[in-house]
Amino acid sequence: MSGTGRARARRPSGLGDWLVVGGAIALLVLVLVLPLVVVVHGAASKGLGAFATALQQPETIAAAKLTLLTAAIVVPLNVGFGLAAAWLLARYDFRGRSLLVTLVDLPFSVSPVIAGLVFVLLFGAQGWLGPSLAAHDIRIIFAVPGIVLATTFVTLPMVAREVLAVMEAQGAHEEEAALTLGAGLWTILWRITLPKVRWGVLYGIVLCNARAMGEFGAVTVVSGNVRGETSTLPLHIDILYNEYEFVAAFSVATLLAMLALVTIAAKRALQWLARPTKAVRS
Amino acid sequence: MQGQHEPNARRMRPARVRRRGALPGFGLSLGWTLGWLGLVVLIPMAALVLRAASLGPVEILRLALQPRAFAAISLSFSSALLAAGIAGLIGLIVAWVLVRYRFFGRALFDALVDLPFALPTAVAGIALTALYGPNEWLGKPLAELGIQVAFTRIGILIALVFVGLPFVVRTVQPVLEDLDPELEEAAAVLGAGQWTIFVRVILPALAPALLTGCALAFARALGEYGSVVFISGNRQGKTEIVPLLIVTKLEQYDYAGATALAVIMLVLAFALLFGINVVQRWSRRSAR
Repeated sequence: MSGTGRARARRPSGLGDWLVVGGAIALLVLVLVLPLVVVVHGAASKGLGAFATALQQPETIAAAKLTLLTAAIVVPLNVGFGLAAAWLLARYDFRGRSLLVTLVDLPFSVSPVIAGLVFVLLFGAQGWLGPSLAAHDIRIIFAVPGIVLATTFVTLPMVAREVLAVMEAQGAHEEEAALTLGAGLWTILWRITLPKVRWGVLYGIVLCNARAMGEFGAVTVVSGNVRGETSTLPLHIDILYNEYEFVAAFSVATLLAMLALVTIAAKRALQWLARPTKAVRS
Repeated sequence: MQGQHEPNARRMRPARVRRRGALPGFGLSLGWTLGWLGLVVLIPMAALVLRAASLGPVEILRLALQPRAFAAISLSFSSALLAAGIAGLIGLIVAWVLVRYRFFGRALFDALVDLPFALPTAVAGIALTALYGPNEWLGKPLAELGIQVAFTRIGILIALVFVGLPFVVRTVQPVLEDLDPELEEAAAVLGAGQWTIFVRVILPALAPALLTGCALAFARALGEYGSVVFISGNRQGKTEIVPLLIVTKLEQYDYAGATALAVIMLVLAFALLFGINVVQRWSRRSAR
């Protein structure tokens, strides 16, 4: 923490200071805290029993299983890609490198709905591969593979970005030293690089997992929303809400809000853990 | 010139090895990256481009200029722009207070700024609707004042400000932290008042970051779906945003209409991404 501005931070004093600080706090409470409170309130409005019952409905459990399954497939794939892409982009200079950086970031600048759309155009009934898939009775759209694919698309940059930032900050001197001592690629990766970037990887995993479990737009487009079959927890919230089962909808929403808060807390903890290595840089 | 006799200048440069062949694994990581990127992103995106090419630019424009589609495009565009502006203002105040003041709960509020990044959009959507609905906590008093929020454009705006806010705060915050206090002290010594210092010294230094943050918030708002669909009410031609219209068209198996809208939105988003790059390059140059 070398920011010179840090030294200037002070306790508010005087009316003007308190107006600014109070105004900012009021805005944050209004914009961020109240929505959280209203979700928990909605879930608890009929008592804790109703909350527990809502979470034990078979459809809710099925949706939770599908959400966990999706994350369990998407996150490891994302870690593999993230490590490969970060290693490539941080360690080598080659033609087209900056184009590749842009392409890796592309899913962040595409609307989740469009992310779903491209898979419908590819695998849907009237898509490019639709007829041949139908001939072999393979279902991708309106089925689990579509959900996994769309989630993979929207989360693609998450681990790569975080690990790339860490690798670029740390440099490659240890790796090069190991190379001159005769270490091979796997030894370098396993013994040197992975321990060096471990907090970055974990950070990416936390963010990727939150997005994978919470994705709504892309998954809506490819899922077909078959209750108890192809609905994840966010889709299940949508179904319950539209059926006016508000307590149940808010109960599931509370579950996902908890996940969001755990994610934020884990993010902070990892930033704190990674701090000593970052300080070495300056 | 940077020679070998300038250890400081060398250390300032990012410690990055950018030599092909220095470390093993180039072929493997290149193959893995390109293969996965191609499979998950490039081939599917190519399906969209091919579909759009088979429609042709005239047909795409004709579909996008139909009344319902055009209403959605102008609503999405204007709402995202306005929301980015509001998020910029609120984000600037929040970043300012988080960096410049120490008060009870500051760390908690600082962490909470990430909430819209981490909260699933569907949860945000029903939460905002439950807050601003006609008979709800904030919706009822506002309705008595004659302001209806849910199922109107105001509701869309609130949802978009929610998702855009962290982009502004997280872009402005680090720049504000690194701002040299001597500049402000010099201005104060020269007799400038607090407001003059803010407008003439601090704001110009923050402007590139603020603009970048607003552009990111705009890009996110333009494509946002989950947090908007619940609160917008989805009235055709009135509160129907483009992502929702794309979903509706897909449900009706109108692939051509959905493709045309998607292409228009992508072109707008990429034009914006390009703009962000230009701004960032400009800010990096002016920072030197």
